[in-house]
Amino acid sequence: MNLHEYQAKELLAARGVPVPRGAVCYDALEALIAARNLKTDRVVLKAQVHSGGRGKAGGVAVLAMDEDIRERAGEILGSRLVTNQTGPAGKPVSALLVEEVLPIDQELYLGVVLDRNTGKVTIMASPDGGMEIETLAREAPEKIFTVAVDPLMGLAPFQARDLSYRLSGDKVIAQQLAKIITALYDVYVGYDCTLAEINPLVVSRNRVLALDAKLNLDDNAEFRHPETERWRDRSQEDSMELAAHKDGLSYIRLDGNIGCIVNGAGLAMATLDLISLHGGAPANFLDVGGGASEQIVYDAMTILLDDKRVKAVFINIFGGILKCDVLARGVIGAIKKRGTELPVVVRIEGTNIEEGRRLFEVSGLSVEMIPSLNDAAKLVVQKARA
Amino acid sequence: MAILVKRESRVICQGITGRNGTFHSLACRDYGTNMVGGVTPGKEGETVDGIPVFNTVAAAVKETGADVSIIFIPAAYAKDPILEAVDAGIRVIVCITEGIPPLDTAAALHVARSNGRTLVGPNTPGVISPGEQCKVGIMPGYIHKPGPVGVISRSGTLTYEVVDQLTKNGVGQSTCIGLGGDPVVGLSFIDVLKMFRDDPETEAVVLIGEIGGSAEEQAAEFIKNELDKPVAAYIAGRLAPPGKRMGHAGAIISGGSGTAHGKIKALADAGVTVVENLSEVGAVARSLLE
Repeated sequence: MNLHEYQAKELLAARGVPVPRGAVCYDALEALIAARNLKTDRVVLKAQVHSGGRGKAGGVAVLAMDEDIRERAGEILGSRLVTNQTGPAGKPVSALLVEEVLPIDQELYLGVVLDRNTGKVTIMASPDGGMEIETLAREAPEKIFTVAVDPLMGLAPFQARDLSYRLSGDKVIAQQLAKIITALYDVYVGYDCTLAEINPLVVSRNRVLALDAKLNLDDNAEFRHPETERWRDRSQEDSMELAAHKDGLSYIRLDGNIGCIVNGAGLAMATLDLISLHGGAPANFLDVGGGASEQIVYDAMTILLDDKRVKAVFINIFGGILKCDVLARGVIGAIKKRGTELPVVVRIEGTNIEEGRRLFEVSGLSVEMIPSLNDAAKLVVQKARA
Repeated sequence: MAILVKRESRVICQGITGRNGTFHSLACRDYGTNMVGGVTPGKEGETVDGIPVFNTVAAAVKETGADVSIIFIPAAYAKDPILEAVDAGIRVIVCITEGIPPLDTAAALHVARSNGRTLVGPNTPGVISPGEQCKVGIMPGYIHKPGPVGVISRSGTLTYEVVDQLTKNGVGQSTCIGLGGDPVVGLSFIDVLKMFRDDPETEAVVLIGEIGGSAEEQAAEFIKNELDKPVAAYIAGRLAPPGKRMGHAGAIISGGSGTAHGKIKALADAGVTVVENLSEVGAVARSLLE
């Protein structure tokens, strides 16, 4: 689950990380009042969406107090922001963070992530902040300092201190940095984050503050952080992805017209690739999972049949735990309930395959059963074109 | 010879009295595995179709001499069973469970590694050595056959698809290992490639990867410098959009890295035969052996 900038800042501020003075606002008048209350020369209006690249997309505006704050706030709040990460449909602006503009003397980068290679929580920091960490990693990796934290020991104070003095030789700044590093690490571990990032972390007249903050919470750990559920913003998610998630289905919307149902994430990705290789375009990634019941398969098939973009359906199943007859019943049930003219191509292998095939054959539906994976993929691509 | 799990492996199931634990313990035993016991706290003295149940892993090991464990415990509670298995002396721990918080996995893995034990997974279908009639996992046994190809994969059903093709092409398998779909896992591609390199029964390797992380790129480096046996690979996820978790927690392209294309290029540069069409992997593997 991703958090908005203002939520991340709230969380970090509660842990002692300084953030600029500001308020989260939901309409233009509120934004104007919030701006005036800051009693500052200039304010920044920041669109709250789950995406980076907001500035370039027009979602961040710096205004002097005599400019039309209310109008600009209204423009941003009412819009969908299209960034290089959102896709062409963009995301609705949920809220506006109105903050004081501070003088910036230095921009640093600070991030915490679980390194997949070492299995250790790793803190990354750089005296060159403000840009994408990936760009920095490519162009000047020697400017990124890392500290790997021992999983059993946790972050030792000397480690935070070591990092701080590498970032700044100034004691006043380094002491603040050490506190912030420790707080960010604690939040990462305490909330089971996948990523915790302050970019930029700024030095402003001897104060260190988080000018931006990003926290992604791990879905696998949701069960032990029920209080974070209040931060969920469904307007930032694809509605079909959300609906599928309720069933325990993994569903990702893509751009094409061939609806896919597969069991197993790797096989599902591979199926998309095979369709594409034969010149087709999948409408979605959908993994029904190993333990899928007839009801879940039914629901998955219904999602595809309800998707108006879908011109043909491809079902590719290698039944291990999921039995082919269970799959057949779910698919047939959904087609019969919804009634559809869509061509359906089915390729099944594995547990109870004979019974699965038999069920499709006696169903009376015009479902094409193709044993060869390659032929099945080619056929569904053809059908989608017709 | 095979690797990791063999004819003489003595296997216990942690979580044996749960639905999945029972089903798969019996399926493994049917395949030929020595399922010597199971662990469910409070149920010592019971049996699951003749397989004795113990309260603790320590008790199970003491009584049965078990050296391998398969774990079917729900994600919220799965870290502790791994720690318990390490403490009781289990050598190879196969954790099937999906959905474990990565920080839990990282802690358990650290403990396993510090004690010189092997963690396979989590979120893995398991390990199978057909020639040893030993299956420690949930994969359908019947699609496998003994032979000279080692299979290493991050997936479940995609692995079955490939193994099925290999078998239908007359190409048997020495050992098939699921590394797991999570971002942090125990065994890596390199760990297993080393074992296959040193296994006289394995003549070639099929590597099945997917987007996310850099394990395949690192494997490519190892293959280039330290492996003489031929390798074929299939990488899933060419169409995956960046930033999206494609089913597996570990299958996510982030910040431009972990793409399928990057992995394909790294492997191809290392002399690996990368197969573009999934339905051709079996035939390509056969040609590697000829």
